Amino acid sequence: MNDMTRVERQVDTNKIKLECRDCQVHYGETHAIKDVNVDIEDKTVTAFIGPSGCGKSTFLRCLNRMNDTIDIARVKGSFKLDGEDIYDKRVDPVQLRAKVGMVFQKPNPFPKSIYDNVAYGPRIHGLAKNKADLDDIVEKSLRRGAIWDEVKDRLDAPGTGLSGGQQQRLCIARAVATEPEVLLMDEPCSALDPIATAQVEELIDELREQYSVVIVTHSMQQAARVSQKTAFFHLGSLVEFGETGQIFTNPVDPRTESYITGRIG
Amino acid sequence: MPIVWLFLIVMAIAAIGYVLGRSRALQSAGGDSRDLHSLPVFYGANVALKAVVPAFGLLIIWLLAQPLYVSSQVSQTIPDSVIKEGSSRSLVMAEVRRTAFGLDNAVAQGDITEELARNARADVADMTQRLKDAGQVVTSNITQPVLMAAQSYRILNSTGYFIMSIVVIAAALLGAAFSWRQTHSEYRARNVVEQGIRVLLLAAASIAILTTVGIVLSLVFNTWEFFKLYPATDFFFGLTWSPSFSGRGGSSALGVLPLLWGTLYISIVALLVAVPIGLFAAIYLSEYASPRVRAFAKPLLEVLAGIPTIVYGLFALLTVGPLLLGIFGDGGLGWMKAGTAVMTAGLVMGIMLIPFVSSLSDDIINAVPQAMRDGSYGLGATQSETIRQVVLPAALPGIVGAILLAASRAIGETMIVVLGAGAAARLSLNPFEAMTTVTAKIVSQLTGDADFASPEALVAFALGMTLFIITLGLNVFALYIVRKYREQYE
Repeated sequence: MNDMTRVERQVDTNKIKLECRDCQVHYGETHAIKDVNVDIEDKTVTAFIGPSGCGKSTFLRCLNRMNDTIDIARVKGSFKLDGEDIYDKRVDPVQLRAKVGMVFQKPNPFPKSIYDNVAYGPRIHGLAKNKADLDDIVEKSLRRGAIWDEVKDRLDAPGTGLSGGQQQRLCIARAVATEPEVLLMDEPCSALDPIATAQVEELIDELREQYSVVIVTHSMQQAARVSQKTAFFHLGSLVEFGETGQIFTNPVDPRTESYITGRIG
Repeated sequence: MPIVWLFLIVMAIAAIGYVLGRSRALQSAGGDSRDLHSLPVFYGANVALKAVVPAFGLLIIWLLAQPLYVSSQVSQTIPDSVIKEGSSRSLVMAEVRRTAFGLDNAVAQGDITEELARNARADVADMTQRLKDAGQVVTSNITQPVLMAAQSYRILNSTGYFIMSIVVIAAALLGAAFSWRQTHSEYRARNVVEQGIRVLLLAAASIAILTTVGIVLSLVFNTWEFFKLYPATDFFFGLTWSPSFSGRGGSSALGVLPLLWGTLYISIVALLVAVPIGLFAAIYLSEYASPRVRAFAKPLLEVLAGIPTIVYGLFALLTVGPLLLGIFGDGGLGWMKAGTAVMTAGLVMGIMLIPFVSSLSDDIINAVPQAMRDGSYGLGATQSETIRQVVLPAALPGIVGAILLAASRAIGETMIVVLGAGAAARLSLNPFEAMTTVTAKIVSQLTGDADFASPEALVAFALGMTLFIITLGLNVFALYIVRKYREQYE
């Protein structure tokens, strides 16, 4: 598995950005997440892998309280971002989501121009002093989303008119524009072709320099390529969590081994 | 023979044809249905269809054509001398028809014999008396030419119906026999039946379209008649509406502008009430309400749409009018003189339109993909920011369409206006004054003793045409908006 590695494995540990303890999620009667403990490190890409329906996306959505928008979902446990509980009553989920950005499985640009898509977050959070400042933020974000060169001449065109891969990179640029500290990505490449996937993966690696990135993926190759830490979920439980290289070459749990060798899932 | 009998006979022929066709097909395949091209039912249906369709087609055409033919034949026999001064041939023909109808009924009741009814030398006065005794409506004393015309009218009609019955039954029999002979194991009965079903469905669709065309044509011709009697420029640009009720004479001023102004003013007030309330209700129901509240509140809101407009009219007249008068009338601010006013009708019409706007907008807002909302929440937007900046722009074309549909409904509304807005055609900016609309005036011009040759009655068609064109334009515009923007966002 080491031949797939595009990123050098970091052995030294960064400081813990997001600490999750005894996490439980219920969807109505269903116990979707059971006793999950994960530490997300700063400036690290953490991958969540596991078969469909194992709860990785649900857990991801706990990290920026997106499950609040689902009526029947109940979340328990402690989630600490920089030592502060994000489920505390005093925490405004809206502000939390500005700090913990999210990119979704399906590209979902707003029915607005490319410029307005990227400017959306900065505008609602008042990040720009004036128009020139906003222009700068938009350009910087689009460059960081590796899409600036493709769209710089048509910033007024609707974002929905771009190709699938471009749309996803636009969504990443949009998420980056609010300067989040953690970026959650829910299968960001599942709707993309291999070329667009490679572009997004390269982008994720660049984002690691500034953010903590959590990525849910179905592709074990992708997890191996982009992540430093990997968590394997199965049936709502966290089976194994560790260095990506260790998970893929020397898994401790037999279930992890079965999954990465293709026997379950 | 009554039409019902004819209908039953044709159906019986079709039923027999069905059975015969089916058995002939089976026979030709030696009793094994697997050797047939189609299932046995298709052979039966083929025969039945070919018996029914031509027969009924003929029946409908005949029923439409015969009255026209008979009328024109009888009309020719009436000498010009009979037509009185100030009357017309069509009025005499109406009398002829009435008399013929009276004779029919009298014979059916047994008050007079068929021979007497047909007797060309019957005494006119005696006949009139007999018809009156039989309880038939005969307005004036029947004259000799009218009686003769009525008698020939009756005879022509009864012969016509007799021939029709024979022709229709013959057509059914011929159709059945022809298709029965066609029936053979190789015959592609299924394809023919499929084709026949297609044609039937097409016919159903065409009837709806043809009816619309017919309505428009009748509007167009009557409008044309009106413009022959009354100058079009005075109609479209006239600033006063004061029809004379005496009937004839050129003293009527039939300018449409005060009516259009009233229509637009009341519709605008109604939309100002309905659009914000309806839209906010829709946003609450689709974005904020819990499923329980929604399941309870949405049908309740839609009950508003089920209330007959006359009830809204009563509500305007008895509740809203006096209420407004209490606030803005002489006892209060002194702007309002009577309960009937633009404001009264507009408010009540606005309430009526709330479910239109809310129900349509609610569906449209729900159709905005959840991914849009997630994307916005994921960037740290609040719920109202998400709705304002993402959901509403995405749903806007549909919402505009809903508003335009509500507008065309407001423009066409009648009962609320009749009861709530008053009857005075007036060009005024004060919303507390009584005004009236195009629809209300159509009602008042056509009710009562309207002489359909006078401009005062014919103006109703011109008004209807104007209204039709406005609402059609609005609907087309609404569809255009919805289509154009939907394509862009999908």
